[in-house]
Amino acid sequence: MYMFKYVSKRLGLMLFTFIIIFTMCFVLIKLLPIPTNALPGQDPEIIYKTLEGRGWITNIQEGENGVWDYDRVPILTQFVTYIKRIVTQGDFGIVTTYGEYLNMNIWKVFVSHLPPTILINIYSTLIGVPIGLGLGILAALKKNKWQDQLINIFIILLISVPGIVLAIMIQYVFCFKLGWFPLTMSTSNDYFTWEVFRSMIPAVFAMCLGSIAGYARYTRAELSEVLTGEFMLLARTKGLTKKQAIYRHAMRNSMVVIFPSILSEFISVLSGSLIYERIFGINGVGGLYLNSITFQDYDFFMLLSGFYTLVGLAAGIVIDISYGFIDPRIRMGAK
Amino acid sequence: MENKNTITIPAEKFRFVTKNDLSHDSKFATKPVSYFQGAFKRFCKNKGAVVGGIVISVLVLFAIIAPLFTPFKPAYYDMVYAYVTPKVNFFAENDLGFWDGCKEKNTSRIGYLKDLALETETGREIIKGGEYTISDDGANYSYRYDTYFGVGFGKYKIISPEEYKDIQRYQNETGRQVLYPVVNVNDRPTLEKNKYDANIYYKVENPNAATLRPKLENGKIVPNYWKYSVGNENGLMAEYDSLRIEGKDGILKDGDQYFYVYGRKVDGGIEVRAEYYEYYIYQHTQVMQDGITEPLFLFGTTQTGKDIFACLAYGARFSFIFASVVAIVNFVVGVIWGSISGYFGGKIDLFMERFAEILGSVPSMIVITLLKYHMGASSQVLVLFISFFVTGWIGMAGRTRMQFYRFKNQEYVLAARTLGARDARIMFKHIFPNGLGTIVTSFALVIPSMIYSETSLSYLGIINLEAGNTTSVGTLIAAGQQSIMADAGYVALFPCMFLVLLMLSFNLFGNGLRDAFNPSLRGTED
Repeated sequence: MYMFKYVSKRLGLMLFTFIIIFTMCFVLIKLLPIPTNALPGQDPEIIYKTLEGRGWITNIQEGENGVWDYDRVPILTQFVTYIKRIVTQGDFGIVTTYGEYLNMNIWKVFVSHLPPTILINIYSTLIGVPIGLGLGILAALKKNKWQDQLINIFIILLISVPGIVLAIMIQYVFCFKLGWFPLTMSTSNDYFTWEVFRSMIPAVFAMCLGSIAGYARYTRAELSEVLTGEFMLLARTKGLTKKQAIYRHAMRNSMVVIFPSILSEFISVLSGSLIYERIFGINGVGGLYLNSITFQDYDFFMLLSGFYTLVGLAAGIVIDISYGFIDPRIRMGAK
Repeated sequence: MENKNTITIPAEKFRFVTKNDLSHDSKFATKPVSYFQGAFKRFCKNKGAVVGGIVISVLVLFAIIAPLFTPFKPAYYDMVYAYVTPKVNFFAENDLGFWDGCKEKNTSRIGYLKDLALETETGREIIKGGEYTISDDGANYSYRYDTYFGVGFGKYKIISPEEYKDIQRYQNETGRQVLYPVVNVNDRPTLEKNKYDANIYYKVENPNAATLRPKLENGKIVPNYWKYSVGNENGLMAEYDSLRIEGKDGILKDGDQYFYVYGRKVDGGIEVRAEYYEYYIYQHTQVMQDGITEPLFLFGTTQTGKDIFACLAYGARFSFIFASVVAIVNFVVGVIWGSISGYFGGKIDLFMERFAEILGSVPSMIVITLLKYHMGASSQVLVLFISFFVTGWIGMAGRTRMQFYRFKNQEYVLAARTLGARDARIMFKHIFPNGLGTIVTSFALVIPSMIYSETSLSYLGIINLEAGNTTSVGTLIAAGQQSIMADAGYVALFPCMFLVLLMLSFNLFGNGLRDAFNPSLRGTED
């Protein structure tokens, strides 16, 4: 029962935060002038009619010299219309200025760009987590021996070399000089063919290097702290072998902290790969976001902002909740 | 209870153990070590941190000094000198084989002949050392190619008669050959793309072909200059009275004295062949007088012919100034916010925490985009500054708050309050200095992360500082990444190196600071 209260309180707080941010975004976007420039070959009337149909403007009148006159609907009314459409029809609007996807359903465009982003993420987590944890555990067990020193140097190098530089180096060496992989990711939609997978490898490699260092550092710190705990001594005195003690007591305890951070990082990198997507030409959500900014496609921007905010919040809440599930002290309601 | 066995000792039997022992605790012979002195000492013991600190100061010095010494500006660009490789005069003159403005060039025999032709005409060392290797099948020539001189003449240039005169004056004064003889229009190759190519001064085998093959006679290139015999000048030939490559007296052939033509009159001026290297020097020293004495790019140039050294120096300067200003502002606001929230606790704390949490949950990309939309007209630097401020102070506030929670319930604070100290005095005189170590450490670690965010934003093109007459390391890196395809790795090399050095040294420095200020934390987090 305590757990239920704890989770629902966290979720409620998250929802509250999300609604505030989303509303603020909406208001700030709606305060901007509406982009109504017609692309070549586009009838301005259609643009205005579309905007009217969306419920953003009203009373359209064509004045002289092709100047159009209109009134803006109050922002609150717009917001209600917007939310109603999302809730009842799942309709986030249509693309108005983003040339490539003009007049398409925003939600569909968004969903079609999700797979590359998610796949790259999953691959890099699948590779990065075991290696990172392994290195961290090794370093903690061999603390202050040469293995530890070596891993430490590796970690500090990888953490200090910024992702941009790492990715460019990988691209230059493996894709350009050695020619093992294509320079950018293939745009094909068959994500599970070897060709596409091969074109993803540099991006996955670049992404997981950074996370390997992060996990290794974190695991090492946590585990070496747990290893010095007195219950470890007790476990050994009880007659457990070193292996058993480490496996049953130390690892489990350090995982209390590590596991949530893996989950959270997994969620947060869904959005955090703008740079990698740009460098390796991945046709994912990041590129969509950057283009929606350049084209000032506000409906698109709203959807993506909502997505990024939600991902960020979810990453935070996952930590809180899984702490609750894993750590008995929180589960039982202690502070 | 009465003790009857008490031994009575006469008073005179008592004496002090040692007479001197009456004194109080002896004074410390050593000097007292304050918290900061101790921290400094511990910091100095950490070699990595000291090296980090030194590298940081070198980078900062670079950012301060380099812009003063380079005549180039971030706004400078010269499309002709695009992708010229890094060059240092010392390396170039001593044939050290690198950093000399050369690059490996693989080309066909025709390409080689063209470079050779330029080399013979101008006397520049375009093929470094004259050495080249030919592949087994004879199709591929590879040699070290000088990117500065290899530009040659570019296109035929049309200049005003005044400039034509001025160049002659300049040539006479300095003895440097800027103008070279032109080729008669009728003798030039016919295709549009080759017709105005001023590098082709020689006879070609087929003037109508797309790829021109130099015509060789006895293995030598034959010049195709436009020449006239004395007394037979043409109205189209511009007067020329300066250095001549054929010598002062022209060429004597069959008893006639021939001279080459150095300028052709056309609509709007005079068409000349100017060697770009010399013309560049003439332009910058005589016409623009902007302090540039010769084309010499320490770190090479980008795709658009920007000087990487200047861009990097100005970008680094901007990054440092910007990050420090933002960090200071965030520090002040964060510390005040965190102290109030941490010290007073209760409802105030709850409210302030909620506020900070909601603000902190907004992804920074969204903040910056919204700001950019709303402040599109004003400077991008301001947009960047505000967006970094909006979410940046929260971390600092959180850390300060934690420190306040740690200390506010300790006895000495209670004592101070009992003695009548006001809240402000307790906060900033009694609690804050105790948390200063941790707070300063995070201050040091915030600067590189700020520089990195700024770099990524300009890399992604969300923020473009080029308009504000400065540039960013991120913009340079973006240019570098595009240049990978052109095999110009050095464009990305220098900005990347700067960024890596900066991050690495700041990390070492920050870790050292943290260990120095909190000796108990050593090793638990790294």
